[in-house]
Amino acid sequence: MSEEKNSGQGGVSDVMARAKAVLGPMGVLIHTHCQHGDDTLVVQAEDILKVMEFLREDKSLRFDMMMDLTAVDYLGAEEMHPYLKPMKARFEVVYHLYSIEKNHRIRVKVPLTEESPFVDSITGIWVGADWFEREAWDLYGVVFRGHPNLKRILLYEEFEGHPLRKDYGKMKRQPLIGPVN
Amino acid sequence: MGVNDLTPTGQREDEVTPGEVAALSDSVIITQLSKLVSWGRQYSFFLYPFVTACCGMEFMSVAGPRYDIDRFGAALPRFSPRQADLLMVVGTISHKQAPILVKVYNQMAEPKWVFAYGSCTVSGGMYNNYATVQGIDTLVPVDVYVPGCPPRPEMVLDGLIMLQEKVMREPEINMTRGMSPLGEADDRKIIP
Repeated sequence: MSEEKNSGQGGVSDVMARAKAVLGPMGVLIHTHCQHGDDTLVVQAEDILKVMEFLREDKSLRFDMMMDLTAVDYLGAEEMHPYLKPMKARFEVVYHLYSIEKNHRIRVKVPLTEESPFVDSITGIWVGADWFEREAWDLYGVVFRGHPNLKRILLYEEFEGHPLRKDYGKMKRQPLIGPVN
Repeated sequence: MGVNDLTPTGQREDEVTPGEVAALSDSVIITQLSKLVSWGRQYSFFLYPFVTACCGMEFMSVAGPRYDIDRFGAALPRFSPRQADLLMVVGTISHKQAPILVKVYNQMAEPKWVFAYGSCTVSGGMYNNYATVQGIDTLVPVDVYVPGCPPRPEMVLDGLIMLQEKVMREPEINMTRGMSPLGEADDRKIIP
């Protein structure tokens, strides 16, 4: 990144400064940080559509491409982020956005509790999120409300549970899989 | 059995002249029909390449001109199981893939053989997890196991020669394997 690009106030990038200026007063930000140069917004699950629409449509941000969407299970490692414990959050859905026009990136994270791993689907904003959300549902059991076709994408329909959750047994095998060696 | 048994019908044994005996022994081979059939089979495998993963690259190397599987009569891949008699299972088999493998095996005509190519097909290899079949012998009967990640082409050729020897030992012309022990592949609940 060029020097100019990072020249926001107080060592904050232009992207972060703009996002904070608009989203801060809206009261949707839980936390923001910049780790190794990656700007990160942590937002509440119920506000995700508002935040994403802003990031996509704002003239100076223009995040027109959703690079990646995945989930993380912090079971037993909630102390890794200061905001997880107070929210009793176990999962995080992580979005990586990129602006082709402006050539900048941002990361958005949404903490979710074990009891209600629900978040609104962003397929209405970036249609490419479709399969990513199906994958996160398949492997982590995060439910994306409003998704047009939320079914398993990698595993077979009869599979029970979500294997990348930390409480899914490492040696657990399901009937089709056969004997454990 | 001696050469004299081959006397043409209607002709008495003692009428064969020593000259005729010499001519016959130069031009006739006596064997069992089953041995003849096995001999033909071992040099004319038609492979079904069930290639799912990185071992496929090594399989291409075996099939290519440097190692040349054609020298052993196993060159022609058939992409219909109806036309193949050697199921080459090359690469990791996931649980989602398992019913497809069983279905392809069941569709192959008799006689048929199965070649487990690479560590993943032999035992699941390094993938001991929720998604991977722990050896394809839990799905279909296997004739030759060639471990390796991936196996060297020489190992594959050695395995192929072992399979040829096995085919040669087969006493029955009409050898039948039948269906996979798991039955119809459409039934997903195949392992108790």
